[in-house]
Amino acid sequence: MSPLDYLHSAGRHADIIRPLTWATLTISTLVVVIILVLLWIAVSRARASGGDRETRAVPVERGTSGKRWIGIGVAISSIPLLLTLVWTMVALANISRTPSSSALVIDVTPHQWWWEVQYGSREPSQIFTTANEIHIPVGVPVRVRLHGADVIHSFWVPKLSGKMDAVPGQTNMTWLEARIAGRYAGQCNEFCGFQHAHMAFEVVAQSQADFDAWRAAQLAPAPEPTSPEQTRGRALVEYRCGLCHRVLGTTAGAISAPDLTHLMTRQKIAAGTLPNDATSLASWIRNPQALKPGSLMPNQNLSGQELADTLAYLELLR
Amino acid sequence: MREADYRAPEIGVDNAAHAARLMQLWKTAPGLKGFLSTVDHKQIGIRYIVTAFAFLTLGGIESLVMRLQLAGPNGTLLTPEQYNDLFSTHGMTMIFLYASPILSGFANYLWPLLLGSRDMAFPRLNALSYWIYLASGIFLYAGFLTGNGPNDGWFNYVPYAERTYNPGLNQDFYALGMVFLGISTTLGAANFIVTALRTRAPGMSLDRVPIMIWGTLTASVANLLVVPAVSLAFFLLWLDRQYGTHFFDAAQGGQPLLWQHLFWIFGHPWVYAIVLPAMGMVSDGLPVFCRRPLVGYAAVAISTVATMVLGFGVWVHHMFAAGLPTVGLSFFSGISIVITVPSAVAVFAWLATIWHGRPVITTAFLFFSSMIMLFVIGGVSGFMTASVPVDWQLTDTYFIVAHLHYVLIGINVFPVIGATYFWFPKMTGKFLDESLGRWNFWTMFIGFNLAFLPMHITGLLGMPRRVYTYSSGMGWDTLNLVTSVGSFVLAIGVLLFVVNVVKSLRSGAVASANPWDASSLEWSVPSPPPPYNFAVIPTVASRHPLWEDRLNESSARSSVAHGMLLDAGKETIGTSALHATPDMILEMPEDTSAPFILAFGTALLFVGLLLRLALLAGLGGAVVGLALLVWLWPREELREREPARG
Repeated sequence: MSPLDYLHSAGRHADIIRPLTWATLTISTLVVVIILVLLWIAVSRARASGGDRETRAVPVERGTSGKRWIGIGVAISSIPLLLTLVWTMVALANISRTPSSSALVIDVTPHQWWWEVQYGSREPSQIFTTANEIHIPVGVPVRVRLHGADVIHSFWVPKLSGKMDAVPGQTNMTWLEARIAGRYAGQCNEFCGFQHAHMAFEVVAQSQADFDAWRAAQLAPAPEPTSPEQTRGRALVEYRCGLCHRVLGTTAGAISAPDLTHLMTRQKIAAGTLPNDATSLASWIRNPQALKPGSLMPNQNLSGQELADTLAYLELLR
Repeated sequence: MREADYRAPEIGVDNAAHAARLMQLWKTAPGLKGFLSTVDHKQIGIRYIVTAFAFLTLGGIESLVMRLQLAGPNGTLLTPEQYNDLFSTHGMTMIFLYASPILSGFANYLWPLLLGSRDMAFPRLNALSYWIYLASGIFLYAGFLTGNGPNDGWFNYVPYAERTYNPGLNQDFYALGMVFLGISTTLGAANFIVTALRTRAPGMSLDRVPIMIWGTLTASVANLLVVPAVSLAFFLLWLDRQYGTHFFDAAQGGQPLLWQHLFWIFGHPWVYAIVLPAMGMVSDGLPVFCRRPLVGYAAVAISTVATMVLGFGVWVHHMFAAGLPTVGLSFFSGISIVITVPSAVAVFAWLATIWHGRPVITTAFLFFSSMIMLFVIGGVSGFMTASVPVDWQLTDTYFIVAHLHYVLIGINVFPVIGATYFWFPKMTGKFLDESLGRWNFWTMFIGFNLAFLPMHITGLLGMPRRVYTYSSGMGWDTLNLVTSVGSFVLAIGVLLFVVNVVKSLRSGAVASANPWDASSLEWSVPSPPPPYNFAVIPTVASRHPLWEDRLNESSARSSVAHGMLLDAGKETIGTSALHATPDMILEMPEDTSAPFILAFGTALLFVGLLLRLALLAGLGGAVVGLALLVWLWPREELREREPARG
């Protein structure tokens, strides 16, 4: 089972699609095999093999009309077509019925080349923003509102749901509901420029209790630095990173790049490009253009000391 | 109309003096002047074929470079920018500069011969559409070679194609180039339609034409209707980019999905337009090697038209994930499933033709019959994408890449190579080598399936399209390696084809007028045909003029040796649209460089627009105006004006 395959499913939305995919795949394979066999038999009745002389040697005849083939062939083909048509409409209706009971609505805004994820609430103090990692409670339908920001992207978590594009100027809806707890791979699926290849995300399905705990933790501002390195690091982050990134509780307040307030709770960085460990983080900050060419994050040209300080502070952001 | 305009054509048989007179009237002058001014459909057809094949080679090389990059995970051969340029240029090349023009080439060469005519209805327009095709192809490739190729896929979605995200000249080259190329497609389509409806040999009623005529006629009508949509889309994009019109800019009240609708209203019918003529080649070629007529001629002809009619109602299946209302999706999903039916008609007709025939396995037969298989594989994967929920998973994965290559290589390239084996003797008077042909076929067939059959699984395992690299651990490594190996085997197969063409042109066995003992009119004239095609205009009494004595379907007999002589000038016969009753003598134009100069002027105009050099654009416009003036100046010999008085 590979991370993005859609022959398996782990949530209701994808569960509706999977059997239809298998059914059409099976019908298709059968049709190919049947036609191949018929073609093989037909060709193996060949009179001759060769070039023009052999062709001319076989006399032309009017032969059997053969029209019955068309009638019977089309009649038989119509049965699976009709079946698929009906099944398609039923599945479509089932998926389109976006669960309205769902209390949880997540606003996802894909950017070149990362995912902005906002958890809404009626209570403004309960709203928070994260990036590239979407947490959902198991067994609960979650609505996802997709907003277009720059170019068109497509939201896709094959194990949980089919695709839906994020188009500037309109808000598209889709929904997720995980049956089993786990981490599910997601990927941008509409070509969006240089780093379309590195525009992944993850959906983390967890128990309601774990989800609530995660949510509460995400609402907290960044912890205060405790060492001189961390203090220097925070100043650097505010000054150097704060033009694009946000760290709640500091003066770094820009929102044109992933929110870093709880950076270290995420398993990957740069939209799934690298694992989130000290080595990768260091090489990413030092030279993002080498790792993800065309990415909108510029090289920072930090000195060794500055880099160490920055990392010391970032390590704190849990 | 004057009294002198009424004339009954003389009827007779060919003789040496008559042939010499026709030769004098129809032959193209030697040298560069003749090269630039010829309006002979056979020369233009061969130019189309050679040019399209050159573009196929370029597109093929581009794909091989991409397959090197993707052969293993984390490839570093190409930067993301280079990869994006390559896959976009590959798509543009194969779809616009190869798949359609190659069929125009075969149709150009073959149509008058199939129809019993001496040229296309508008020979000068024919020359113009070739020159514009060539010029726009060079224009588009000038962009690619200067690092300004298309970089947003052949479908070129906005807003990524807008200036904000795409500041270079890339999209200006592509937008203007596509409007430029659209002129050629439109002119060609109009020419084919009039040719099919007005220049068929007397007696060749519409139910007696070869299926290839049905295919190209249907495709031409579709082109005439849909090319304006894409030309408009690209023109609006260019205005957005250069003049800030915001047609597609959501922030200013524009609509990104407008692009997708305009593009796919064109794009999907176009897909049928680039396979229906090729399916026609198989419907006409296959029966010759089965030594019997095609099973279900009427059903196949009707299914050709039905495919196109339904084909206008399926474009939204490219947009199932764009967030359109579900009721609308269900309609387009239904049509996309139903469109399988006319395709099934063709498949069963071909199968029955082989089954009830006495097939002779030549190289052409191998290409034609294997196409049935590839067509079915491309068809069933298309049927899967027609189901909206399934498509929400399949779309934009490698499953689609596999699907579209089975459609385009399976239903376009394989029939085209088969058609070349079939008609090469007619075009050149020489056979392509049969034993090299076997190597050619099997290498291509094995290479193609090795490359693209496993790709369906790559798609089912979730690999997205248009990624310049992928990481290992996704389950795609081995499959991608197999595909890369297969693509090189396929390339060797194509190379063997080129070798065969070059070798056979030099030393191929000589072919007679009708080397395959085939049934249609082109085989009644010498190989290669003389510039005037038919010394006398044939009269047609059935679908199979050259097989009548053997099929004996009725007592009526076609006449190829005895008919209208029409040698008083460059003349051919015009006939009525349905029944092909002769109703006028058509005065055909002389060779002229006006089309070449007109295309050159148009190219200057487009370069001027691209670089926003008003002076150059104005100069181009002036050249166009002058060329048109020369072209359209009424001439007495064509009876376009009264003779001078006095």
